[in-house]
Amino acid sequence: MQTISQTQLMFRRFRAHRLGMFGAVILAFLYFLVIFAPFIAPADYLQQRRDYVNHPPTRIRWIDNEGNFSLRPFVYGTTRRRDPITLEVFWEEDYTKKYPIYFFVRGSSYKIFGIESDIHLFGVDRDSGGQLFLFGTDRFGRDLFARTLYGGRVSMSVGIFGIALSMVIGVAMGGISGYYGGMIDNIIQRLIELLRSFPRIPLWLAFSMILPANWSSVKVYFGVVTILSLLDWTGIARVVRGQVLNLRSKEFVEAARALGASDRKIIFRHILPNITSYLIVTATLSFPGMIMGESTISFLGLGIKEPMTSWGLLLKDAQSMDVLLMQPWLMIPGIFIVVAVLAFNFMGDALRDAFDPFAVTGSK
Amino acid sequence: MLTYVLRRVVTMIPMMILISILCFAVIKLQPGDFTTQYLTDPRITPEQVAQIRARLGLDQPAYMQYLTWMKGILTRGDFGYSFAYKRPVDELIWERLGWTVAVAGATIVFTWVVAIPIGIFSATHKYSIMDYILTFIGFIGVSIPSFFLALVLMYFALRMGSTAVGGLFSQQYIGAPWSWGKVVDLLRHLWIPVVAIGLSGTAGLIRLMRANLLDVLGAQYVTTARAKGLHERIVIYKHAVRNAINPLISIFGMQLPELISGTIISSIVLNLPTMGPFFYDALINSDQYLVMTFLMFSALLMLIGNLLADILLAWSDPRIRYQ
Repeated sequence: MQTISQTQLMFRRFRAHRLGMFGAVILAFLYFLVIFAPFIAPADYLQQRRDYVNHPPTRIRWIDNEGNFSLRPFVYGTTRRRDPITLEVFWEEDYTKKYPIYFFVRGSSYKIFGIESDIHLFGVDRDSGGQLFLFGTDRFGRDLFARTLYGGRVSMSVGIFGIALSMVIGVAMGGISGYYGGMIDNIIQRLIELLRSFPRIPLWLAFSMILPANWSSVKVYFGVVTILSLLDWTGIARVVRGQVLNLRSKEFVEAARALGASDRKIIFRHILPNITSYLIVTATLSFPGMIMGESTISFLGLGIKEPMTSWGLLLKDAQSMDVLLMQPWLMIPGIFIVVAVLAFNFMGDALRDAFDPFAVTGSK
Repeated sequence: MLTYVLRRVVTMIPMMILISILCFAVIKLQPGDFTTQYLTDPRITPEQVAQIRARLGLDQPAYMQYLTWMKGILTRGDFGYSFAYKRPVDELIWERLGWTVAVAGATIVFTWVVAIPIGIFSATHKYSIMDYILTFIGFIGVSIPSFFLALVLMYFALRMGSTAVGGLFSQQYIGAPWSWGKVVDLLRHLWIPVVAIGLSGTAGLIRLMRANLLDVLGAQYVTTARAKGLHERIVIYKHAVRNAINPLISIFGMQLPELISGTIISSIVLNLPTMGPFFYDALINSDQYLVMTFLMFSALLMLIGNLLADILLAWSDPRIRYQ
C-alpha cells in the first residue's frame, strides 16, 4: 500500500488520458519549433528574393529522374517559365542542377538566447545557388516555412501573455468580488455582465481599431494581447468568485480568521491554493480562444503588423480566389492554427478530467 | 412567467444604456475620426476639413455628441447618420439585415439538422469506431477558425471546377427576379458560408447531445422502459432523446447573436452581402454612428437571445419555475 498526494494523483490521471498526452506532446513540439525558429528554418523570414516570387513548395527527393536512389535527400533547381498561351507562370525543375540537403549548414546569421550563429538545422549549401522552400514563398519571395515558424512565435505566445494578464485581472476582480461581496461585488458583476453582453468578434474588432497606426509592431503585439485579455478575464473572474464565495465560509478559513490572519493572507495562502486546479483548467481552455482571437484580428489586418507576422496575418495573403488557386500553399499557416488549437483543446479536456476530485479513479 | 419576462426586460434597459456608453467610448478612444482620411488628401484644405467636422458635429465635445445621439434615439428613433453613405444608419442596417438573418437562419437549421442525429448516433454507439471518428471530427470542427474553413472550402470548390464560389448568386442571377433557377443557384452558393460558419457550433452541439443522451440513457426510467419490453427505438426516441434535447433548447436562443457575429469574418472572405463586411468598412472609415449602432444591435440581440434561452427552457421543462 502506497499513498500518493493529490497532485501526484492528478498527474497520474492526466498521464492516463491518451488524447491529453497526445495534445501535450504536440504542444511541446510546436513550442520547440517556434522557440528555435531561427535555427530550424533554413532561411531568414524577412529576406526577399525577387527571383523566387510565389514559388511553390520545393519537392524533396530521394530518387532522381533517372531512377537512382540516394540516401541523402536533394532538391532540383527551378526556373520560372511562362505558358506561351495562357501566360500562366509556372516553375520547372531543372534536372541538371541537383542540390543535396545537409544537416547543420551555414546560412543567414541570427541570434538566439544571446548566442550569435549562422548554423541552421538543415538546408542546401548556400554558395551552391540552390533553394529549399519547404512551404514555398510569398509574393515577395520570402520563405513561408520560416515565416510560419516566426509567425508561430507570435500566435503561440499571445496566449501565454494574454492568459497571464487575464488571470491577474480575473483573479483580482473575482477574488475581491467574492471575498468582500456587497457593493463592490455588485459593481464588478455588472461590469462583467456588460462585457459579456457583446458577441466577441465585433468587440474585438472595435477594440483593435483603438491601436494607433503609427505604433511599432511590438507595441501593437502587446496591444493585441491586452485587447484579448480585456475581453477574456470575465470567465476567470466568474469561476474565482464562485469558488471564493464557496470557500469563504468553510471552517478552515474561519479558523484562519480566528487566528488573526489578514485578508490578504487568507486570500493568498488559504483560498487561492484551493482553486489552482480550476485556474489551470480554465487557463488551458482559454488558449484556443486567444489563438483564434489573435488570428481573426490579424487576418482582417487589424492586429499584428509587419514586419512581425503571425499565422492569422500570413493567411491574410490567401484571401482572394486567384491566390487560392495559384498559390494554395499560402494556406499552410492555417493548418498550424488548427493543430495548435486542437492540441490545447485535447490537453484542456484531459486536465479537466484529471483535476476533477470526484472522478472515479482506476479502470474505466 | 409574464412578470418574470417583464422584469428581465426592465433590467435590460439600464444595461442597454451602459452598453451604449461603452460603444461610444470604444469609438472615441480610436485615434482620429471620419475626417482623418481627408487630412492627407491634397484636394481638400485644412479649413474645409474643419468645416466638414463642424457639419458632422465632430467638433463638439464627446459627451455632447453622445447626448445628441442618445436624444435622437430616444425621441425620434433616429440612430444617427452614416458619414460614408450619407444616409440614416437604421435604414442601412435594415437593408442588410435580411441576408444576414437568412444566412444565420440557414446556418442554424444546418447545425441542428446535422448535430442532433449525429449526437444520437454517437451516444447509442458509444465507444464504437464511428463514435471515435465523429468525436475526432467534432474536435476539429471546434478547433478550426471559420475564416480558415471558408478558405479551405473555397479552395476545394474552386479546384473541383465550381463557379459558385463567393457571393450569394452567380452573375446572371444578380438583380434577376426570383425563379427556380435562382433558388438553386443560391443554394449552390450558400453551402460554403453555412458550413464555414456552422461547423464549430455543430461540433459543440454534437458533443452536448452525446453527453446529455448518455446521461439520460443511464437513468432508471430508461431501464424501466426497457424492462417493460418496449422497442429499443421507442425507448431511445420517445423516452430518452426528448429529455436529452431539453437542455439544448437554451442554446438555441444564444445561437443567433453568435451567428450574426460569426458571419462577419466569413462574409468578408466570401464577399457576402451581409452586415459583416459593412461593419468592417464602417470601422475602418470611423463611420462612428454606424459602428455604434451595429455594436448596440449585436449586444441587444445577445440580451434578447439570453432571455429567449431562459424562456424556452422554462417553457420546455416544467420543472423550472420562476416566481
